[in-house]
Amino acid sequence: MNILSFLRPKSTLPTAEQAKERLKIVLAHERSYASAPDYLPRLQNEILQVIARYVELEQDKLTVKLENFGSTSRLEVNIDLPKTAASVAVSPANQADRTSDDEATAADDPATDARAVS
Amino acid sequence: MGKVIVMTSGKGGVGKTTTSAAFSAGLASRGHKTVVIDFDVGLRNLDLIMGCERRVVFDFVHVINGDARLNQALIRDKRLEHLYILPTSQTRDKDALTREGVERVLTELREQFEYIICDSPAGIERGALMALYFADEAIIVTNPEVSSVRDSDRILGVLQSRSRRAEEGLDPVREHLLLSRYDPERVERGEMMKVDDVLEILAIPLLGVIPESRSVLKASNVGTPVILDPQSAAGDAYRDAVGRFLGESLPFRFMRPERRGLFQRFLRRSA
Repeated sequence: MNILSFLRPKSTLPTAEQAKERLKIVLAHERSYASAPDYLPRLQNEILQVIARYVELEQDKLTVKLENFGSTSRLEVNIDLPKTAASVAVSPANQADRTSDDEATAADDPATDARAVS
Repeated sequence: MGKVIVMTSGKGGVGKTTTSAAFSAGLASRGHKTVVIDFDVGLRNLDLIMGCERRVVFDFVHVINGDARLNQALIRDKRLEHLYILPTSQTRDKDALTREGVERVLTELREQFEYIICDSPAGIERGALMALYFADEAIIVTNPEVSSVRDSDRILGVLQSRSRRAEEGLDPVREHLLLSRYDPERVERGEMMKVDDVLEILAIPLLGVIPESRSVLKASNVGTPVILDPQSAAGDAYRDAVGRFLGESLPFRFMRPERRGLFQRFLRRSA
């Protein structure tokens, strides 16, 4: 304890004040989730499954948020794709699902050449 | 038609059972026919706090399963003629409480009693959801401490979305805040959140402030609701809260540190 410390203004808030501020911040965040409809986690999971058919994606790279603006709400989907996502090979099972619309681009891919020709 | 009141908090150890015991005894001592139900299946404790642990024969789960009639399971309090206790079971079966079963018992109790106090278990699992589902009023027991306030906020969200009143679009459950284990001396030193801080965050009406008090432990040691201790500040505060619940407007006490001399301090400690 410095002799002159009483001259300086108090640098830290009382712990009770800190408790209040921390609670306000964390509850503002949690309340926005609490008011979300029940289907949101399922929706998030299904979107994740669809994307995972094409790109390897970890669960926490996808967030789904529903915000209310008066009479309308906005569904916000954020997906962080890994850097290599564009070049990640798609599994053969998924290639079979592709429609003919995809074949023009698939032909450029040497791996799928054979099928494109036949 | 009786009113169903849930004592809930989310967090454990904040004083739900103490409050259930005190509130039910307070209502009964004012002549209101009251029953208090333990919803904490597997962790029965209300019987100990009420001092009737040696009189339990049948319990809530027996009644739900049709193994006993309601009046066989209800224990009549030996101190207050209008007070009854419905103890819970010590079974480890998590699914012992069914919604239909709980509804049937509560419907029967509503016909016999003015007030039905549901002592909720901690958490937001089945037992807690069952305790709050049929509530008309909710008393949120909160300590002036971060985890308790956060969990109270969470349980308020559950009340507003998953209670019967919410699901059926009826008038919402009436919410009351009961702040317990309040220590005015620590509040004054800036070590504990003030009543107003908690009110600002939770934004529900204040029913009572119960001061931290040694008498609460002493009352539980002997199985007497603390409200029946005429010497206890916590008992006084609970009596005030019951009065407010019944519509009286009473000033809030025990919110400032007591100025007491050395001699009084000594007396209180040995009391």
